[in-house]
Amino acid sequence: MSLTADEVTKIAHLARLGIDAQDVPHYAEDLSGMLDLMAAMGAVDTGDVQPMAHPLDLQQRLRADAVTEPNEREKFQAIAPQVEAGLYLVPKVIE
Amino acid sequence: MYNKTLAELAEGLRNRQFSSRELTEAYLVRIKQHPELNAFITVTEDLALRQAAAADARLAQGDAGPLTGIPIAHKDIFCTDGVKTSCGSKMLDNFIAPYDATVVANLRQAGSVMLGKLNMDEFAMGSSNETSYYGPVKNPWDLSAVPGGSSGGSAAAVTARLAAGVTGTDTGGSIRQPASFCGITGLKPTYGRVSRYGMIAYASSLDQGGPMTRTAEDAAILLQAMAGFDGRDSTSAERPAPDYRAGLNQPLDSLKIGLPKEFFGEGLSSDVAAVIDAAIAEYRKLGAEIVEVSMPNLKLAIPAYYVIAPAECSANLSRFDGVRFGYRCASPADLCDLYTRSRGEAFGREVKRRILMGTYALSAGYYDAYYIKAQKIRRLISEDFKKALAEVDVLMGPVAPSVAFGIGEKIGNPIEMYLSDIYTIAVNLAGLPALSIPAGLASGKPVGLQIIGDYFAEDRLLAVAHRYQQATHWHQLTPPGFQ
Repeated sequence: MSLTADEVTKIAHLARLGIDAQDVPHYAEDLSGMLDLMAAMGAVDTGDVQPMAHPLDLQQRLRADAVTEPNEREKFQAIAPQVEAGLYLVPKVIE
Repeated sequence: MYNKTLAELAEGLRNRQFSSRELTEAYLVRIKQHPELNAFITVTEDLALRQAAAADARLAQGDAGPLTGIPIAHKDIFCTDGVKTSCGSKMLDNFIAPYDATVVANLRQAGSVMLGKLNMDEFAMGSSNETSYYGPVKNPWDLSAVPGGSSGGSAAAVTARLAAGVTGTDTGGSIRQPASFCGITGLKPTYGRVSRYGMIAYASSLDQGGPMTRTAEDAAILLQAMAGFDGRDSTSAERPAPDYRAGLNQPLDSLKIGLPKEFFGEGLSSDVAAVIDAAIAEYRKLGAEIVEVSMPNLKLAIPAYYVIAPAECSANLSRFDGVRFGYRCASPADLCDLYTRSRGEAFGREVKRRILMGTYALSAGYYDAYYIKAQKIRRLISEDFKKALAEVDVLMGPVAPSVAFGIGEKIGNPIEMYLSDIYTIAVNLAGLPALSIPAGLASGKPVGLQIIGDYFAEDRLLAVAHRYQQATHWHQLTPPGFQ
């Protein structure tokens, strides 16, 4: 199976991932190679097999509904690209 | 001093043969003497000297733990409060972590001294340390060869005696393969044994932190401080860690070793095979029974992994959006441009490749064909291991099909690079513990023996490794120029 340049561009948009136009054919080739590798899975009958999402059969733990983390807002804002008046700034979204 | 093992150094500190300050300064000098290895991204000299002074005070009071005053370093994937935590990426080149990972906090509380942060493949995606934004790490055994990856800086640092022991992480072999390539001991614990809190996520159902050291005894000491239940990690195992050091000398009578025949087939280089055969012969001499086992689904581990890991990575790395932390592009036109360009400019090629693969595998119309299919294959692989481990105590085989390859040799061919993880990846899919110990040299480069055990049997694995290290000298070899 192979992916076209258009498909790669579409996937990159879904992932909000900028890719230089000249690199698109390289990614198409690499991803196609990966899909070829994966084709081996198709030959195995996995009809009744339960998908395994996780190595240990764990239950989600519950905990008391209590505050456990301190407020670290200033520490977090100090490493942000752009903040003002305690808010994270991004380009204008609503005209 | 730095030629001693971590256990010997701890003994020397307790007996006041030298101070933590002297030891820390010796390592800091050594780190400065070996910039060519590119093992460190950040050296925290001032912090290390402060921590060493505090350790010396505790040692003087006779209030020392097993790691008090021991200089270690962390893979730069572990968050360190107030210290740059880059994960090997331009995306986090400006990121000062606002908190400590549980592993970092645990090791600090055990008294260790932090020398700095170690180089790694970008976001732990790579098998050669060549995908790091900070450039490749060199293998101390051959400066033209890779140290392995993704914990390449970690392996090079232990090999070159730049730290007494270090942390690494293993998602598909990233502790064991560099340990093999550099000739050190590296343990990937059972999934859930070591907390993932503050360990930057790549593939959350596979990621696991562990120790990388000179000897199995040293790994036992570091693991003791790293392991344990952590309520901040939702998949942390709720069971206490046993005393790993006490377990090193547990009786290994009637040890039964399984050799998966799929580990010894086509693709394994003959010089590596010869070293592994000799190591197994040594175990036979020590009284172990050796049997062949079969794991027919092993060949599907790479395809399944390269669906599951990229799928999880594409979700995990969506948090890097240029808004709250990390890299942001200059003058974004709108919000979508901010996301797209920040990510496009700050992620390297391998990371982009895996995000694209994962996004594709999870997208409408392909989810069942790729993602669910891979999860079913994962179950089959896990059952192969369960069957094999019901018959034998441990499994043994090579860690990698070859010794360390050259820098630049495989980076242009991602598929070939992926195939080199054939013997390590299945272990992560199953979530089992495994380690690599030095077993000899081939063409002058180290070869690691992989030992795989049952869930939470780290104590047994370490005992099996320790027995070998009592009988052989391979773990004592130091590369020429680093004695």
